[in-house]
Amino acid sequence: MSRLRDLVEDGRSTILTGEAPTVDGGDLAAVEARVAEIASWADAVNATDNPAAHAHASNVAVAIALARLGIEPVLQVVARDKNRIACQADIVGAALHGVENVCCLTGDDVTAGDEPEARRVFDLDGPQLVRVATGLSEGRYLSGRPLELARPLFVGSVENPAAPPLDHRAQRAAKKIAAGARFLQLQICYHPDRLESFVHQLHDRGFTERAALLPTIVLVRSARVLSYMDTSVPGIDVPTETLARVEQAADQDEAAYELALEQAEHAISLPGVRGLHIIDFRHDGAVSRLCRDLGIPTKEERRAHAHRAQLPV
Amino acid sequence: MGVVAFVEHAVKRPVFGCRMCGQCVLHDTGMTCPMTCPKALRNGPCGGVREDGHCEVKPEMRCVWLKAEQRSRTLPLLPPSWRAHFGQLRPPVDNRLQGTSSWVNLFTGRDRQRPDGWEERADAEGPT
Repeated sequence: MSRLRDLVEDGRSTILTGEAPTVDGGDLAAVEARVAEIASWADAVNATDNPAAHAHASNVAVAIALARLGIEPVLQVVARDKNRIACQADIVGAALHGVENVCCLTGDDVTAGDEPEARRVFDLDGPQLVRVATGLSEGRYLSGRPLELARPLFVGSVENPAAPPLDHRAQRAAKKIAAGARFLQLQICYHPDRLESFVHQLHDRGFTERAALLPTIVLVRSARVLSYMDTSVPGIDVPTETLARVEQAADQDEAAYELALEQAEHAISLPGVRGLHIIDFRHDGAVSRLCRDLGIPTKEERRAHAHRAQLPV
Repeated sequence: MGVVAFVEHAVKRPVFGCRMCGQCVLHDTGMTCPMTCPKALRNGPCGGVREDGHCEVKPEMRCVWLKAEQRSRTLPLLPPSWRAHFGQLRPPVDNRLQGTSSWVNLFTGRDRQRPDGWEERADAEGPT
């Protein structure tokens, strides 16, 4: 059973999802070591699908590994590398191993990766993939062929509140929700005003009742990494003043953490936001620090009390 | 390529950059061809649009969907129903129709055939 679904449907507890670091070798123990900290806080952990168009251990393999380790996985599926047949096969195949959460997205282009000469697929787009996954959950392939003993999937997606056209982003998110998405992991947004406007638009139209919004918080240690995201990660813009704030700080490490904490406090205070999606590039215990500073109880405490975080004002 | 397809391509290629997908949705997308998007997305802009509104894949090109979204609101003489269709969930492309005439496919209804598992839902439209 999807714990993530229970939390979204219950509606009381703060939800944390996180990203499993990419895995390129080793065995199950390697996955366990890399995912340990985020898994101790996150209700479910994303097994990413060749993020930034770089090849890694596959989404399906890592999702199954997480399940075997007792960590609830979210199978991330992007439309870039596989056609509709392969995407469906991955979702159904992972479900055989108990992977019920699926996060469907279009995906960065191949040119964002280290093999830009690769063929891009995009046989489906993100919203179509959401609908196809929802169909699988309801017991049919896209062709209409029935799936016997289909597992009930918990389908979600992503949206980028900060990328142009800004006025259209909420509508695109709504399209994914209408297609079947029950949670949206929002792309990291360094423009609080844009996130706020996006969330308000969805909330005012009742869409936050239908899907849990989980804005992403990225934990980094330096202005250099922020600058890299600004210039090299598609769809991410870090304002000059935000960059300068970390760059000019006496302690960049601390300034970068403070920035993430502020983002998290702001995001979680918005109506309709149900929790956070955390990506940790620091690997220094910052996930635990962030959760404690936000007043979010540990996973076990939240499970015990279905507790809604009371944020320090 | 048949005669109709030849004529269609001759008309639509210079004006819209038509790729002859054979299942034209120009009327729903502000008369902007989504197949000119490097990812060939049918349902709106990806999350990679640059801060200046240009394409993630081709930095020199303005995002096709930025143009589509703007035109669907502002293009004069566009029937209101076409504007309203902008937010609809469009089905996956039928790759068998590549190179055929969308005019013929519209006339025969071939372009409205969907896979049996693609459920059209009443609530498919997002807010406008």
